[in-house]
Amino acid sequence: MLTKRIIPCLDIKNGRTVKGVNFVNLRDAGDPVALAKQYAEQGADELVFLDIAATLETRTTTHDMVREVARQIDIPFTVGGGVRSVEDAEKLLKSGADKVAVNSSAIKRPALIKELAQTFGNQCIVVAIDAKKLNDQWMEYLAGGTIPTDLKLFDWAKTAESLGAGEILFTSMNHDGVKTGFATKALKTLSTSLNIPIIASGGAGLKNHFVDVFKADAADAALAASVFHFGEISITDLKKELKEHNISIRL
Amino acid sequence: MKVTILDYGAGNIQSVQFALARLGIDALLSNDKELILSSDKIIFPGVGHATQAMKQLKAAGLTDLIPELKQDVLGICLGMQLLCKHSEEGDTMGLGVFDAEIKRFSNSVKVPHMGWNTIDNLKSDLFKGINTGAYMYSVHSYYAPLTKQSIAKTSYQLPFSAALHHKNFYGVQFHPEKSSVDGTQVLTNFLNL
Repeated sequence: MLTKRIIPCLDIKNGRTVKGVNFVNLRDAGDPVALAKQYAEQGADELVFLDIAATLETRTTTHDMVREVARQIDIPFTVGGGVRSVEDAEKLLKSGADKVAVNSSAIKRPALIKELAQTFGNQCIVVAIDAKKLNDQWMEYLAGGTIPTDLKLFDWAKTAESLGAGEILFTSMNHDGVKTGFATKALKTLSTSLNIPIIASGGAGLKNHFVDVFKADAADAALAASVFHFGEISITDLKKELKEHNISIRL
Repeated sequence: MKVTILDYGAGNIQSVQFALARLGIDALLSNDKELILSSDKIIFPGVGHATQAMKQLKAAGLTDLIPELKQDVLGICLGMQLLCKHSEEGDTMGLGVFDAEIKRFSNSVKVPHMGWNTIDNLKSDLFKGINTGAYMYSVHSYYAPLTKQSIAKTSYQLPFSAALHHKNFYGVQFHPEKSSVDGTQVLTNFLNL
């Protein structure tokens, strides 16, 4: 049976992990490769790397990092941040990334999704969406959630799917960092109206939050950062807990 | 041992090369006929669209060579599908090594089939030391139905071939290079065949 996936997300700047990462047995918590390895050993199903300061100058460093991760890690991983063209994506995929994530650049130029899907196949195109619920309406945001748009979440997700997205990574800005659980209702709507996998992001604070989103069958995968980085939730324990709730999981 | 990964411009072949490097094998990436013929083992990777990949194989001059190979060949994902007779994807004729017609999952499930799924009915030394119910990572929208040549089964919407075998040809739908310890075991087993 296909399992639900647990995905730690690492923010990258100049080829190094940012945000205070607090790992007990890690000499260099800023080393994405060491972190990735540790997560893979703990049972992470996939990894996501977000290059949060992607610029022309730092791109080569990112490619080197991607290559090193691919060299050492035997689970799939996605890289996002600064992908604006087929060439940008090609460099990441050639460096060894399994999938690329696009966000703002796809909102600015939706045809990018189509170009990427036609060149590399739908399976390696993740469309990341940051949205906020305002007056009962989920609205799409640009540039890491800093710039509002007039796009509605569900419309944009549908468009992304029709253009060739292989997966949607939905971050609820209302839930992100609050640690009170995922945006299960909105995720469920996405999950039933689209026919591609949905990754839940934003809001994980407790193991039960993962149980809830999967029990509701609102997502195919769940992504989190700080609860894993700070050791608040161990991936191994989380997966055991999910299994106890009869959720299909790889142990 | 000389291992060659067929390089015809398709997919993420770097990952396969890295996985073999972790096993101490310095695999070559090549489309050179002499090099391929002089290899002990051949890996036929593939990601992307069947029609496009067949065109690239043809352009690399590999379509006649591959079915004639006498060494052990391992097709991975699209590589396995291209070794079959035909694919619904772009109505593409395959290399005809495996007696299977590739079909698309219908939209009663999410497509692509993406993530970790169990394999069972393991019937080959390719799965030596791997338990029934082991998890492998897959990502695909098309599948090979079960046939007499199936040596492993996975279920998603319906049971289908997780692996095929005919003579010296092996094919796996999942990505052993991305399937953690058990996937690495499949690669090791292939090298030890």
